[in-house]
Amino acid sequence: MTQMNMLQAINNALNTAMAANERVLCFGEDVGVFGGVFRATSNLQQKYGKDRCFNTPLVEQGIIGFANGLAAQGSVPVAEIQFADYIFPAFDQIVNESAKFRYRSGNLFNVGGLTIRAPYGGGIAGGLYHSQSPEAYFAHTPGLKVVVPRNPHQAKGLLLAAIHDQNPTLFFEPKRLYRASVGEVPDEDYRLPLGEAEVLKEGTDVTVLGWGAQMEVIEHAVEMAEKEGISCEVIDLRTILPWDVETVANSVFKTGRLVVTHEAPLTGGFAGEIAATIQERCFLYLESPIARVTGMDTPFPLVLEKEHLPNHLKVYEAIRSSVEF
Amino acid sequence: MTTTKAKVVYSPAFTDGAEFRIPTFKLLKQDGSLYKGAKAPDLEKDKALRIYRAMVTTRILDERMLAAQRQGRLSFYMQCTGEEAAVVGSAAALDDADMIMAQYREQGALAYRGFTIDEFMNQLFGNELDYGKGRQMPVHYGSSKLNYMTISSPLATQIPQATGYAYGQKLAGDGHCTITYFGEGAASEGDFHAALNMAAVHRVPVIFLCRNNGYAISTPAAEQFAADGVAPRAYGYKMDVIRVDGNDILAVHEATRAARTLAVEHNRPVLIETMTYRLAAHSSSDDPSGYRSKDEEAVWREKDPILRMRLWLESKKWWNEDDEKQLQENMRREVLETMKRAQKRPPPALDTLVSDVYDQVPPALAEQFDSLKAHIRRHPDAYPKSAEHAKGGA
Repeated sequence: MTQMNMLQAINNALNTAMAANERVLCFGEDVGVFGGVFRATSNLQQKYGKDRCFNTPLVEQGIIGFANGLAAQGSVPVAEIQFADYIFPAFDQIVNESAKFRYRSGNLFNVGGLTIRAPYGGGIAGGLYHSQSPEAYFAHTPGLKVVVPRNPHQAKGLLLAAIHDQNPTLFFEPKRLYRASVGEVPDEDYRLPLGEAEVLKEGTDVTVLGWGAQMEVIEHAVEMAEKEGISCEVIDLRTILPWDVETVANSVFKTGRLVVTHEAPLTGGFAGEIAATIQERCFLYLESPIARVTGMDTPFPLVLEKEHLPNHLKVYEAIRSSVEF
Repeated sequence: MTTTKAKVVYSPAFTDGAEFRIPTFKLLKQDGSLYKGAKAPDLEKDKALRIYRAMVTTRILDERMLAAQRQGRLSFYMQCTGEEAAVVGSAAALDDADMIMAQYREQGALAYRGFTIDEFMNQLFGNELDYGKGRQMPVHYGSSKLNYMTISSPLATQIPQATGYAYGQKLAGDGHCTITYFGEGAASEGDFHAALNMAAVHRVPVIFLCRNNGYAISTPAAEQFAADGVAPRAYGYKMDVIRVDGNDILAVHEATRAARTLAVEHNRPVLIETMTYRLAAHSSSDDPSGYRSKDEEAVWREKDPILRMRLWLESKKWWNEDDEKQLQENMRREVLETMKRAQKRPPPALDTLVSDVYDQVPPALAEQFDSLKAHIRRHPDAYPKSAEHAKGGA
């Protein structure tokens, strides 16, 4: 075990994967000698050479197109998109190509080795274009996996799982926690399961569900609620697609209440999908409407970022409203 | 760095690149003889006949399958007609283990590699033997054993993928390259630029073959770009480029052979612009009479690449009237027979609806599938293709 922040854990995961398999490649804008604008790929070029860790020209559609080809060839590409806000030029390559490669070829070809890393989320005064949470766009695309870690231990284990998984995987990293989240991380290669949510805390009155940086917000909100005697069950969804319906539904059968929170805007956000599925599964067990605590339906603001974001106070209020309904 | 080795001037000096005129490489005249001064390429008889048979196979397959589409037997079709030399000549210049990442009009390359008429038909009819399991529209072929990447409808997406695939080949050090095909229209997509730039920067063994066939559906090349074709763009990427008469089988083959040497032995990506003409409609859903004249088509019909090669073969005494008659008759018969066979085969099994989305079917999708099967069991007459398959399971 070593004390690491999330960036160090991600760097450690990449190092672990590259050491174990020479077909693992890391590339993207500024990923080479500089080690990425956040330093997630620090020292990888120095260690594994320019052929395996390198800068690409500034062209996201090219990065992912290139990565798709590499994965089809049998390499294991880990492509970095510098900010999730800049993933959209590659939307076609991800949605029409990565996601459909296996299906459309009848499994003659696949890009299962592909992992796309991208820092996402607000809270760093990044404004419109360094703050977005685009997971719902990709969650609407069968064939992709979408994974979001909440802390360094999770980041390493889930990233290694994503790299080894036989399906194209988007790995959204909560950049607000890159240096803020610190914890013990095993030094060895370990993989956490994809497609499985994790119950972080058991409770009886209300289920509070989130992922990534929002788990820290939930933790604060739940502390406030528990001081008032509300027993909260806390779940980290971890994989947005395909998501773990069973774990969430089983929790709601028990608590009868669900609060879902994410940074992305409300309308069309992934909380809507969760709410729809859970009301189908748990209709007769629900004691109150499923609550969604999310970013507002606006572009991501700058100065009024705090007002926009679903912070612990908003989550706390939603927990109370749910219980008092 | 931002410095350049070019000379300095002291008054504004614009340039539009007009001084760069990329010549067209030709070897074979329409009458089957070589141009004066043209050096006959090193193309042995067996290979020449393999090329010719693939071109004729493609032409006959295209004629019959368009007719089948018109009869309502097939939902959709796309012909390679007029572009057979550009496609087959280039594929034939490669090693059969090199990867081909095509657009959708390159069935000739597959025919050259040995895709059987049965394999073509199974895909066209989307039956249970279709490698793609009936999931894609007709002409979206693929073959892992023939190193031919399954076709994807979105234009130009295959071009940066070819760069990536070839980068992997370079690291693997197996001496192979990738060729990717696209039209002059697709070359307007951002993926084209991304692919060529990345290939040049990373010195990737990839050949970009543009079929400049004059039209992107109805849009003529003159409305696609202001420059003299696609070839001059290579200068911007510092990439080797050659322009070839796309209806000249010998020139296409020779240019691609040389390009492959640059790619594989020197890690130099190459852009090849083949100047050709889409004699057929864009697809079975298109009618060219709305955007081009019969006279224009007639001019290009005179430049038929297959006839040109046949005349050359005959001049070498490698082919004669009887050979031609026999090939035509055999191919037509085989196409008709295999079409009947393929059409009668059952559709893919119902579970191909949900397999291959992921490596394993996720639980939520398995539930959707169970509920679909239960629905089909309640309404078997409404789902004749799958009622039998829906009997098992939950």
